[in-house]
Amino acid sequence: MNKKQKFFAYPYVVWMFIFIVLPIVLVFLYSITTKEVNNIKTINFTLNNYKLFFDPLYIGVTIRSINLALVSTIFCLVLGYPIAFIISKINIKHRNTVLLLFILPMWMNMLLRTYAWMTILGNNGIINNFLNMLGFPSLRLLYNNSAIIIGMVYNFLPFMVLPIYTALSKMDQHLVEASHDLGADNRTTFLRVILPLSLPGVISGIIMVFMPAVSSFVIPRLLGGNRSLYIGTLIENLFLVTGDWNFGSAVAIMMMLIILVSMSILNRFDVDKEGGGSNLW
Amino acid sequence: MGNKIIELKNISKDYDVRVLNKINLYVNENEFLTLLGPSGCGKTTTLRILGGFEFPTEGDLFFEGKNINNVPPHKRQINTVFQKYALFPHLNIYENIAFGLRIKKTSDAIIKEEVKKMLKLVNLEGFESRNIDSLSGGQQQRIAIARALINKPKVLLLDEPLGALDLKLRKEMQLELKHMQREVGITFVYVTHDQEEALTMSDTVVVMNHGEIQQIGTPVDIYNEPENAFVADFIGESNIIDGVMNEDYLVTFLGRTFKCVDYGFNKNESIHVVLRPEDIVMVPEKEGYLKGTVTSTIFKGVHYEMIVNVGALDILVQSTYQSPVGDRVGLKFTPEDIHIMSKEA
Repeated sequence: MNKKQKFFAYPYVVWMFIFIVLPIVLVFLYSITTKEVNNIKTINFTLNNYKLFFDPLYIGVTIRSINLALVSTIFCLVLGYPIAFIISKINIKHRNTVLLLFILPMWMNMLLRTYAWMTILGNNGIINNFLNMLGFPSLRLLYNNSAIIIGMVYNFLPFMVLPIYTALSKMDQHLVEASHDLGADNRTTFLRVILPLSLPGVISGIIMVFMPAVSSFVIPRLLGGNRSLYIGTLIENLFLVTGDWNFGSAVAIMMMLIILVSMSILNRFDVDKEGGGSNLW
Repeated sequence: MGNKIIELKNISKDYDVRVLNKINLYVNENEFLTLLGPSGCGKTTTLRILGGFEFPTEGDLFFEGKNINNVPPHKRQINTVFQKYALFPHLNIYENIAFGLRIKKTSDAIIKEEVKKMLKLVNLEGFESRNIDSLSGGQQQRIAIARALINKPKVLLLDEPLGALDLKLRKEMQLELKHMQREVGITFVYVTHDQEEALTMSDTVVVMNHGEIQQIGTPVDIYNEPENAFVADFIGESNIIDGVMNEDYLVTFLGRTFKCVDYGFNKNESIHVVLRPEDIVMVPEKEGYLKGTVTSTIFKGVHYEMIVNVGALDILVQSTYQSPVGDRVGLKFTPEDIHIMSKEA
């Protein structure tokens, strides 16, 4: 019986190996070598790629990316929590419709959605046309950090709303009643019961937003222009423009480490140890 | 006792349908009052109105003489023990019990003392730092009670608190709850669908059905003098037989006339007769007032439960002696065992 079950898992194990483990091993191999790794005889190990990463220039890129991702995550949280809270309070009949409206944009390609923002924010975009019509001068809205943040918040907001919404709607309403019963008004009940109990949702929301925000290259490339590098656009540049796969791989590995570390820090805040919200996805 | 602490006047509640219809009820200070009825009878809704989680569609709710129709739960001196305990999973036992006092900004020293006192009351000393998950159902129940009682409410509401416990533990907790109520001296309003539980613990039982009160009385009254067929049937098992009240103290049913102890009915009024199965004595056929054949016999532990067919209908009889199926037997009872209920009530 047990043997048979194990047998059924093989396709998945093979799949995991080919598409997850092997690529990571290859990226890692590239990051600790010089030039091509296709010939075992000429392979040449080095740590220079990592040394290069700690150059102030690239450290600056990393910090800038993390900053931007943090700001986007905070905006998503500040916007997303109230949205999730309101949705969870809506009459169950209309709740799914409202949720659908939030998920609907996700059915469209992210690239298209980001292009849409270019036409909204651009010099001849909707906002500037409107301002011109009223007689105001055009504003420079595109190709700066605000534009990137707008794009990230717009694209990643559903990833914040959904886990928080799930945590809130799964919560036993009797706990809220018990809190009122024991003398807590709405504000105290929120701070002492609802917020702590929805924390697993908040944490998985933060992870779900922060991870793609740190590594995103489409949004900074389209909305941020070419003026400053971010970790995502740096990797893209190294692979596609400069052709320096070895250093690119080192940066990619470093980015994975950064995400891994920040995730494990966040998981320490997960009050309920089973990891409630993080298992949602 | 004697002082009304809670009074409900003509309380009605509508959702899509009417779930409570003109409930009139008062609860005395230090009383153990039980709302008893089948599921969907409106007992939990009544309790939720008392707690402030539902508001009545019509009628008035008084607490110590003041109307509290629109007072939110956190401003009522009433605490609730919820059916599924509703303990806070993110807090340990100490913090769960301390919740109410923390909100009142009580000093840590007093909280510590009070929590200790409460844990002693519910027999869980030394459990302060344990997690909620590590407790059994019965222990969680006690914590829920401690968490409510620490606020020194004037009234404690309990919504089927023993429903999830096994039989033995339930019996223990029944006695313990009654003991606790005497010790802390506060009013308990208790909701249950278990008639035995209601009879064991209560000072007053309120039997409800279809959103209306069927009867209010002491456990003894409710059991011995049910006002209508529903109460008779719901409180323990009973035989309900159609009959006619010939005159005071004289009743005819199943073709025979019996002496009884009831009076005050109209002459020849058609009534229900209630015969409790444990009041009926099985005797040899010729000695019995009613004669019939045993059609089934079931062992119930303390006694046997037998069905005796007396021609027109089946009579349920409980006895410690077993009569085999097919036996012809006689049934006997005294005038005091015959309970008369008018049909309209």
